[in-house]
This record gives sequence, C-alpha cells and structure tokens, in this order.
Amino acid sequence: MNSIKHMEKPATNGNGEAIAFRDVYYRVENGSGASRELVSGVELAVRSGETLVLLGRSGSGKTTLLRLINGTLLPSSGAVEVEGRATREWDLIRLRRGIGYVIQEGGLFPHFTVADNVALVPTLENWERARKTARVEEVLNIVGLDPREFGGRKPRELSGGQRQRVGVARALAADPKILLMDEPFAALDPVTRAELQKEFRELARRLGKTIVFVTHDLREALFLATNIVLLAGGKVVASGAPNKFLKIDHPEVRAFAESLVVADADRVGESA
Amino acid sequence: MNFWRFFLEHRAEILGATLEHLELVLIAMAIAIVIGVPLGMAIVHRAALRNVALGLASIFQTIPSLALFGFLIPIPFIGGIGKRTAIVALTLYALLPILRNTYVGLTGIDAALLEAAEAMGMTRSQIMMRVRLPLALSVILAGVRTATVITIGVATIAAAIGAGGLGTFIFRGVALVSDSLLLAGAIPAALLAIMADVLLGRLERRLKVV
Repeated sequence: MNSIKHMEKPATNGNGEAIAFRDVYYRVENGSGASRELVSGVELAVRSGETLVLLGRSGSGKTTLLRLINGTLLPSSGAVEVEGRATREWDLIRLRRGIGYVIQEGGLFPHFTVADNVALVPTLENWERARKTARVEEVLNIVGLDPREFGGRKPRELSGGQRQRVGVARALAADPKILLMDEPFAALDPVTRAELQKEFRELARRLGKTIVFVTHDLREALFLATNIVLLAGGKVVASGAPNKFLKIDHPEVRAFAESLVVADADRVGESA
Repeated sequence: MNFWRFFLEHRAEILGATLEHLELVLIAMAIAIVIGVPLGMAIVHRAALRNVALGLASIFQTIPSLALFGFLIPIPFIGGIGKRTAIVALTLYALLPILRNTYVGLTGIDAALLEAAEAMGMTRSQIMMRVRLPLALSVILAGVRTATVITIGVATIAAAIGAGGLGTFIFRGVALVSDSLLLAGAIPAALLAIMADVLLGRLERRLKVV
C-alpha cells in the first residue's frame, strides 16, 4: 500500500530532476586505516524521463554511483537526492522497492520460476494474487516473452538474452519511476546484444521511465543515452548529449573515441 | 558360517539393539539440527558469535569420543550413566558439520544475487529466508549427512556408558574374543551408516539448485 502512496508523490524535486548528486564523496577505509575515495565531488542531475548513461572504464566509479542512488551505499559526504529527498532520509526498503534494478545476467534467483522472479517486488509488497498474475503477464509481454511459455520455467532453462529480458521485466513489475541498469547487456553475444539494445531504446521511450544506465561501451552509450556522463577516477570528467559528446575536448573522451575507431579499423582489416 | 547361526539365533536382540542405536542417532541428530541450523543462520551477520560458536564446535569435535563420554558422566543433569549422556555427546559431535555447512552454505551465495535482492528492497530477514536458505539447502544437507554418518559410528561407543545400541555387541565381542558377537554389532552399524549416506546423498542432489 505504502508504495502506491509514494508513487503518487511527485517524482521530481520541482526542477524536473528525478535524481540529483550534490557534491557527493564516497570513501572506503582500507585495512591500514587510510581511506580511498571511490567517488569525488560528483555533481549530477538526472531529469525525469531521461536515459542517463554513466560511461567509464572499470573502476571509474559507475557502479558505486548506482548504488548511491538506491541507498545500498550512502555518501560519505554530500547528498544524493531521489525525488527531491536525500537517500539518508528515505526509508531505504521503501526507496529500493520504488526503483527497478537490472544487473548483468539479470541477477535472477535460480530457485524461483520466471513468474516468481518477475513478481518479486509485488510479492514483497503483498499485492493480491490476481493483480500480481496480471502484472507478471503484462510485463513479460512488454519484454517480448510469452507468459504461458516462459512463466513456469526456471532461469537455467533460458538463454542469456531471455534471462536479460526477464531481468528487465522484473525491474518493471512494480511500475517504478526509476530504473537502474548495471551493464545489463554486457554478457550477451553481439547479435542478441544489439537486438536487446534496440528494443530497450524503444521501450525506454515508450514507458517514460527515468533510467540510469551503466556501461563501459561507448557505442552502447551513444545509442541509448539522452545524456552521457563520463567518469574517470570517481570524478565526472565530461558530459553531454550523444550528438555532442564526441566533440568534447578531453583526453578521456578521446581515449573512448579512439577505442571505437580502433575496433572499426580491426573489423575492416578482418573483412579485407 | 558360525556367525550366520549366531545371527539367526539372536536376530531379535540384534534388531532391538539396532533400533536402540537408531533412536540414539535420530534424537541426537534432531537436537543437533534444531541447534545447528538456526545458530548457523545467526552467525552469518555476527562475527563475534561466529568465532565463539565455530570455535566451540571444533573443540568438541577434536575431543576423542570415549573421553567426551567420560567427561560428561560427572556433570549434573546432562551427565550420568545411560542414554541421556550419550545423546548429549552425540549431539556435540554432530553439531560442527551441521553448523559449519549451514554457515558456509548461507555465505557462499553468488554475490550478484545478494546484491540484486538488497537492491530490490528485500529486508535482511527476507534475504535470509527466501534467498540464502533455499539456495544453501543442499550444502546444509551435506553437513547433516556427514554428521549422521559420524554419529552412527560414534554411537557404538555409547554402549561403554550403558546407553545400549549396537556397541553392546561389539564391546561384548571384544571382551569375550568372539567374532560372531563383534560382527553382530559391527555389520548392522556399518549397514546403517551406508544406508544413511546413500539416502541423504540422494536427497541432497534433489535439493540442489543449479
């Protein structure tokens, strides 16, 4: 019941921002008592309904930013605001149930059927059975899986691409306003990956969710994003819309741009 | 052939001792599971308790069984001569494999699953009951299986403190230098252990989530 109440609240802070990072630092203590900064002074706003892609190399702090949004990590200083309220002030269980979350390989529970996996948050929220069943069917259809064929299967009986679709369906089940996606397509073969990216882009536009998408793949970022934020060493080093991003004069942007060129050159070389 | 005659002539006594043996094992296992599994769940998030519990259980396991029975005899309430002392000792022996496997099973869950569970707003107890426990079940059962086989063996020694069971035949056989008596205790005990191992092994495979 509570979740419904909270979903009816305005999804933004009045400036059209669904999520905002205000001078956020995140440090971890390592064994010797010294601390290491994983996120340094991040200022960032995610507008309601946009797909913001966090791009960066491994260890650049992308996943840490995602985890700061759903409160599985809390900032060492500064504040992360979701729907106008700092994560520190949220009831974290409520906050997380209102945010869809997709990870690589879907993070599906192997002992649950597809339908039970998808129904996870509605079950936690004690939805009535009929409403839950109807919603599971609806979201499985949204991601292109026939509920009658796939609902009773276990995750191990699915292909990688199907698992990923179920992961997306599960994230959508309780109709959250925000989706967090952590390299969801990284483990897929290139063909399936391209298919899912294309479908997902259309889905994102149709559903109007606020999406924060983590990837290390510039091509994926350019394809999916309405806004790209490039991270390096826990700092935001560049940001911009896909059509302007590559023109930004920054060494890390150039490094990513070159990775694209090198990959293409390789491909041309192979086919010659 | 001597043995077979002995076995046939004393089959009622042997069966009685086997049932007595089973009773000791089943009661001890039930208590060990009721203590070991919840304790294993409790130590997942409590490091101090974990060290104490696993440490104590390991110590019990290292005490030679005959000595452990001996230690327990003078202790009031749980001690004395007879079944009760034997059950306490067998429970202490069974505890470590169950406790350790419960802990290992519950903490050996794929980190990505735990991350997903947390991110979707499951509480710690929901993660325990709906994710960790069902996925750890086969590992926990493997601990129960090890403990059962150990307990069936150790329970033969319980006869030394008057708890009955198949050990009675073995001890008498040793004292009287009678192979028939000895085997009348040893063979059923070995068969029990093998059967328990096979049956629990099957159950374990069935519970395994791939």
